[in-house]
Amino acid sequence: MSKLFKPKIVSANDLFAGDVVYMNSGFGWTRKLAEAAIGHDEASADALLAKATPQQEKVVGPYLADVALDDDGRPFPTHFREKFRTRGPSNRTDLGKQATNPERREPLAASGGI
Amino acid sequence: MYRYDEFDAAYVKDRVDVFRSQVERRIDGSLTEDEFKPLRLMNGLYLQLHAYMLRVAIPYGTLNSRQMRTLAMIATKWDKGYGHLTTRQNIQYNWPALKDVPDILDALADVEMHAIQTSGNCIRNVTSDHFAGAAADEIEDPRPTAELVRQWSTEHPEFLFLPRKFKIAVTGSPNDRAVTKAHDIGLRMIRNDAGEPGYEVIVGGGLGRSPFIGKVIRDFLPKADLLPYLEAILRVYNLQGRRDNKYKARIKILVHETGIDDLRAMVEAEFAAMDGPSVAVDPAEVARIEAYFAPPAFETLPATSEKLAQAKAADEEFAAWVDTNTDTHKQPGYTIVTVSAKAIGEAPGDLTTAQMNVLADLAERYGHDELRISHEQNVILPHVKQDDLRVIHAVLADAGLATANANLISDIIACPGLDYCALATARSIPVAQDIQRRFADPVRAKAIGEFKIKISGCINACGHHHVGHVGILGLEKAGIENYQITLGGDHTETTAIGDRAGPGFAFEQVGPAIERLVDAYLDLRAGDDERFLDTYRRLGLEPFKAALYEEVRDAA
Repeated sequence: MSKLFKPKIVSANDLFAGDVVYMNSGFGWTRKLAEAAIGHDEASADALLAKATPQQEKVVGPYLADVALDDDGRPFPTHFREKFRTRGPSNRTDLGKQATNPERREPLAASGGI
Repeated sequence: MYRYDEFDAAYVKDRVDVFRSQVERRIDGSLTEDEFKPLRLMNGLYLQLHAYMLRVAIPYGTLNSRQMRTLAMIATKWDKGYGHLTTRQNIQYNWPALKDVPDILDALADVEMHAIQTSGNCIRNVTSDHFAGAAADEIEDPRPTAELVRQWSTEHPEFLFLPRKFKIAVTGSPNDRAVTKAHDIGLRMIRNDAGEPGYEVIVGGGLGRSPFIGKVIRDFLPKADLLPYLEAILRVYNLQGRRDNKYKARIKILVHETGIDDLRAMVEAEFAAMDGPSVAVDPAEVARIEAYFAPPAFETLPATSEKLAQAKAADEEFAAWVDTNTDTHKQPGYTIVTVSAKAIGEAPGDLTTAQMNVLADLAERYGHDELRISHEQNVILPHVKQDDLRVIHAVLADAGLATANANLISDIIACPGLDYCALATARSIPVAQDIQRRFADPVRAKAIGEFKIKISGCINACGHHHVGHVGILGLEKAGIENYQITLGGDHTETTAIGDRAGPGFAFEQVGPAIERLVDAYLDLRAGDDERFLDTYRRLGLEPFKAALYEEVRDAA
């Protein structure tokens, strides 16, 4: 395993609502990044994506996204685009994931946030 | 305004039924996403960062109160209480659920609206001057032409799978408010020496990754030849346009690589070989369409309103709004109102359900039932009596719609950017909000004068940044948002692509940089009447570049 490998999760958009979802360890889908299954190396990440891709009746456009892990091993986004996807529009904090679940807002501070 | 005939109504309803069946088949698994995606895009349905987005066409930006109320109803019933006005005179809903979209399209069809050809490699919604039919400087109302082009291009079997998307704009005024030189085809209504009406045809303009100013392909096209000539251009483009590289597939690249003279020869040959009369529309049909755009029943009024003069004298804030947000109407005693959808600190172009309903009420009561959406993301009441401005202003103020900033520094165009858009590389809206707040003082904004800031959150340039007096382009650089600033762009008949000032700025550096730029302009301008753009043209990039990078230079 390369030391340069960044842990990955599978993200997609829900077919019906269009909102952001993450694949969990049961190969189902969760709206919380903290519950996402993590691919710690290339093979396990590819295996996760392989489980996601056929699930066209549930999600659209699954892909692997880089994450970093906090001290408890929970994933948080490293790229600002993925940070926004965990929250919703930055100009409307009353909308998107940040509105419906503010107490569970995905951890951003660990990476400096925006 | 245009009313659907039986054919139009049946066609739009049929399209809704077809799409309903396609959505059902996607949901039950009969269609894969690869199969469904082109179908949903043909109906204006995108999948964005946080949700689906439905783009609804507002042909040439014209709508009535009934349609506006339906847009408001949709925002409440199926979305989150607001819509977003776009730079192509459309409205976007940011949160519809897939299963609801056929019902939304059905509701739109009830008021003669749809989302057809708001996406995909086809001829898109035709845009026009938002002051059409009202402006004092107008040669002729461009909307009958726009409607004719809309009907010709809708589901045109030959042009549904073009190399790339294709945008047409029409202006009926020498003062170009429709950005015709930045469109695939721009039509400028003119008269020849004999006084006959026709078009100057411009081709190959466009913004995006490779900005080009359109070139004149025909100096004067008689009105009757419009559709055959458009068909000839589209045929040549359809055959010659590149399909091997999507970044080189727009007609602007064909014009650039072929040269306008050679392309003109090809188009004229196609035009000459064509059975023109079979493509040209029956004059009776043109007359039928034109009749829908007959001016409303204006009253005979004095050119200036005594009532307005008194109200302005009594209320400074009202007077400031009248001075910035109204334009000269062709009919004495009337005026054109630009309703700013750019309240300080709000997302440019966002309208709430309540605001849409207020605008519908005002149009119905005071505005001959007409509304326009401008490409600058504002709403226009094109035909109001000067006598009624006081009451209109009061109603707008209660609805948060009376910001007196049309054409001023806080009247910013901004695309949705990375707050919504899946293609974006950086945010646009918060950059606009920050600049608006810095220039919130109306006295200061007025002193700065006309100042067009246009912001795009990616290279596709939906925010028209290339033609902003100040253009801001949001990109990603080394994992953070980075903003390039261009200066000296112009979206009018004197179209110019802005010059890139230098290295980009971090998100939080953009607002301070704009403040330094404005301070420099105020120092350098020849007089209070010299606009930023004119000062820039007189002095060039250097003094403004120095101001933009002052902090960086001082730190070095």
